[in-house]
Amino acid sequence: MSRTSTLQTDVRLEDLVGRQWQKPAFIKSNMWRWGLTIGAIIYLILAIGSLEVNWARVSEGLDRGLQFVLGFANPDFSSRAVDIREGLIESVEMTIASTVVGILISIPIGLGAARNIAPLPVYIVCRGIVAVSRALNEIIVAILLVAIFGFGPLAGFLTLSFATIGFLAKLLAEDIEDMDKVQAEAIRATGSTWTQWINYGVQPQIMPRLIGLSIYRLDINFRESAVLGLVGAGGIGATLNTAFDRYEFDTAAAILLIIIVVVMVLEYLSGIIRAKVQ
Amino acid sequence: MPVSSNKNGLKVWQRRDRNSQLLNWAGWLFGTIIFLYCWAQISDATEWFFVWDAPRIAADIGTRALPPRWGYIGTLWEPIWDTLNIATLGTLFALVLAVPVAFLAARNTTPNRYIIRPIALLIIVSSRSINSLIWALLLVAIVGPGIFAGMLAITIRSIGFCAKLLYEAIEEIDQSQVEAITATGASRWQVMAYGIVPQILPAFAGIAVFRWDINIRESTVLGLVGAGGIGLQLQGSLNTLAWPQVSLILLVILVAVLISEWVSAKVRGAII
Repeated sequence: MSRTSTLQTDVRLEDLVGRQWQKPAFIKSNMWRWGLTIGAIIYLILAIGSLEVNWARVSEGLDRGLQFVLGFANPDFSSRAVDIREGLIESVEMTIASTVVGILISIPIGLGAARNIAPLPVYIVCRGIVAVSRALNEIIVAILLVAIFGFGPLAGFLTLSFATIGFLAKLLAEDIEDMDKVQAEAIRATGSTWTQWINYGVQPQIMPRLIGLSIYRLDINFRESAVLGLVGAGGIGATLNTAFDRYEFDTAAAILLIIIVVVMVLEYLSGIIRAKVQ
Repeated sequence: MPVSSNKNGLKVWQRRDRNSQLLNWAGWLFGTIIFLYCWAQISDATEWFFVWDAPRIAADIGTRALPPRWGYIGTLWEPIWDTLNIATLGTLFALVLAVPVAFLAARNTTPNRYIIRPIALLIIVSSRSINSLIWALLLVAIVGPGIFAGMLAITIRSIGFCAKLLYEAIEEIDQSQVEAITATGASRWQVMAYGIVPQILPAFAGIAVFRWDINIRESTVLGLVGAGGIGLQLQGSLNTLAWPQVSLILLVILVAVLISEWVSAKVRGAII
C-alpha cells in the first residue's frame, strides 16, 4: 500500500523516462486484487461445476428450439384467435384497473412516506408498507392471492395494484423529499389549510414526475400481467402457458410477438408523454 | 390564469378558463368510464362467493403455515446455492453478450446507423419485453428442466436491460477524450480501450451489480416452471399443500432479497 501511494505522490519525471508506460491497476492494493481474482476463479469453477448440462437432452431439444424459431418466422395468429383476443383484453383490463387503483392508493402512502411532510409514526408505517411491497416478488404474491381469492383476473388485479404501491409510493416520496421548500412555505404563509397546502404548494411540483411514473408503471404492469397467467391469475399468460404445454410453438410465437409489439408501442408512447410533461 | 367576476362584481381567480376546464372534466369522465368498464369486466370474471370467503381462507392458511418448519432448512441449502449460481452466472454471461450489443447500438460507436443499429435495438427490445419466467418456460421446453435453462433465461432477459443502460452511458461520454486518444494515432480498438472504456467503467459496474440484485429476485421464482433453484422446492411444497414449508421458503427468499439489495447498495455506493 505504501509503495503504491509513494508512486502516486512523489513521482519524478527522471524515473519515468525510458520506461514503458503501464496501465494503472484497477484495484490498487495487491492483496485485494489477487484475493478477489482467486476468489472469483474458485467461485466460477464451483458454480460451473454445479451446472449439470444434459447435452443429450439439449441436442434432442434443439429440434424443438428450431421449431420455435420457425414458429417465429411463421406465427399462427388465426387458429387460436379467440383465445388470444380474450387473453389480451383481460390483460389490458387488469393493467388499466390495477394501475388506477395502485396510483390512488400510493398517493396517500407516498405523502406519508415523505419525511418532510409526515410525522414520524406515519412515516414509519408508510415506509414499512413500501418495503414489504417491494421485497415480495409479483409471482409469489400472485400465488398467495390465487390461493386466497381463487383463479381469475381479480387475483392478478390485486397483485399488480400491490406491486404498483411499492414502486410508485417510494419514488413519489423521494420526489416530495427533494421538492423546493420555498414554494410550499409561500402557500403556507397565506394561511392555507393542510389540504390547500398540499394541493397548491406540493402537488404542482410533483405532478410531472407523477404522470411520468404512472405511465411507466402502466408499461411495467402490462408486461407483468403477461406472466401472471402462468400461476392462474388471468390474462394472456394463461393462453401462452397452454400454447407451450401443447407444443403449439406457432401460436406461442404469435402471442410473444403481440406482447413485444404492445410493449414497444407503450414504451414509445410513454417516452413521448414523459418528454412532454418533464 | 383567467379572472372572472362573481355576482357581486368581485374578481375571482380561476386556474383555467371555461373551455380548458370543460376539456379537463371530459378527460376525467372518459378515464373514469374506461376504468369502471375494466373493473366491471374483472368483476364479471370473478367468483364473488370465493372472495367473500377469502378472509376465512387466509386465516386458515395462516394457521397452517405458522410456525414455519425450521428443520426443512437442511434440504434448502442446495437450492439456495443453485439460485445464487443461476443469478450470478446469468448476469456474467449477459454482461459478456451485452457489451458488443451496446457498442453496436450506441449512436457514436455503431459501425452502421441504418442497418446494424436497428438490429441491435431490436435485440434489446425483444429481450426486455419478455419476462424471464416466459423465457424459462420456453427454454425448459428446449433444453430440458434444470439449472441450465434457468441460467439461460436469466442471461437472455438481462442482455436487453444491461445493453440499454450501457449504450445510454456510451452515448453520454465526453467526446474530447476520445478525440485526444485518436490524435495520438491510435487504432479503432485502442480508441475504444483507452478513450471509451475507462469512461463507462463505473456505469458498467453499477449496472452489473444492479442487474445481479434483480436477477436474485427473479431466479427465486424460475423453479415454478421447472428451471431449477429454490422455486422448485416452493412449487413442490405448494402442490403438496405443505404450508409450513412454504412459509419457511418465503422467509428464506425474503432474507435473500434483503441481503442482495444490501450488497448491491454497498457496492454501488463504493463505486459511485
